[in-house]
Amino acid sequence: MKVNGVERPAPSDTRRLLSDHLRHDLGLTGTHVGCEHGVCGCCTVLLDGAPVRSCLMLAVQAEGHEITTIEGLARDGAALHPVQQAFHECHGLQCGFCTPGFVMSVVGLLAQHPKPTEQEIEEGIAGNLCRCTGYASIRRAVNRAVELGAPAARRATS
Amino acid sequence: MLASLEDAKVLAGGQSLIPLLNFRLARPQHLVDINRIAGLDRIYERDGGVAVQALARQADVEDSQHAARICPLLTSAIGLVAHRVIRNRGTVCGSLAHADPASELPAVLLALGGNVTVRSVRGERLIAAEQLFTGVFETALAPDEVMVEAWFPEVVDRFAILEESRRHGDFALAGVVRAGDSMALFGVAPTPVRADPQNPTAGLQPSADLEATAEFRLHLVRVLTDRAFAA
Repeated sequence: MKVNGVERPAPSDTRRLLSDHLRHDLGLTGTHVGCEHGVCGCCTVLLDGAPVRSCLMLAVQAEGHEITTIEGLARDGAALHPVQQAFHECHGLQCGFCTPGFVMSVVGLLAQHPKPTEQEIEEGIAGNLCRCTGYASIRRAVNRAVELGAPAARRATS
Repeated sequence: MLASLEDAKVLAGGQSLIPLLNFRLARPQHLVDINRIAGLDRIYERDGGVAVQALARQADVEDSQHAARICPLLTSAIGLVAHRVIRNRGTVCGSLAHADPASELPAVLLALGGNVTVRSVRGERLIAAEQLFTGVFETALAPDEVMVEAWFPEVVDRFAILEESRRHGDFALAGVVRAGDSMALFGVAPTPVRADPQNPTAGLQPSADLEATAEFRLHLVRVLTDRAFAA
């Protein structure tokens, strides 16, 4: 499987969840794990460009596919991805635990709806939980990301 | 493969099965992942309805022009299934095979009088929606059978799907599907059930839990039925 543009071997343990594989085997700890049953949205990553829950997939299922994690949106030292920039500008995070999941979901939302309505924004982020309840700022950040012209998914290349 | 394995589960989208595995609520001996089977993800017109194959993702059915034109009830129903990120992976056939009593798609199939095609080494057979759902998370599929396709008939009359849930994307406390004069309920019995629009709560004994009492669920059924048939 390709993770953030780099070819990686699949884990030998077929029971390994993709979320655990990313964090424990590849050290990509930007993907957070909250509920581990698909409710909180913290572990959202892009599978071939579309957001999915990495805790609801076995890592071996990603063989032959391309995974993008939060680390893959902007390379070290490079400019932030427009969605990241927008969260930064609008204070779309407080403790930050939910942020990687929100950012990946919003990247997917804007790929589907480049100019989302308020309702589309609300539905688009409804699958992610923020326990700091900073939803108003997050919604502002989505609108700001639209202004910044977020590309569908700027894939990392190595 | 399913025929040769004891205690195997089919893994498609995994959006219901993997949470159960994560919680150790389901502990099958084997998982048979069907995701790499080519040509099993079509959404197409068949026999005046729309056919959805086993690996068609809910998001793809949601965006399907075939579904929107032939069976817009299906399109509306999918919009109520969890969240888009879940629907990117979850499948329509998976929701039917999982048979959660509170989920939308089994009730839609039942209200429409659709059916599913199941396959095993013994051959293929059709199971009508009426016979498919046998209990909580239980269907009429044999252990060696896999659901390969679901068929939703055309909606020719007025339709509606209405539900009440605590939060957007949650499972419904109670829900109502209208397809013409036909109606099915979800979230209020061990399986989706057909109901009489004139007396929708007849014979119902919904369970009570932290989120809703049985009486509140019955109230929701009456209110949602009125709304579904108001137009």
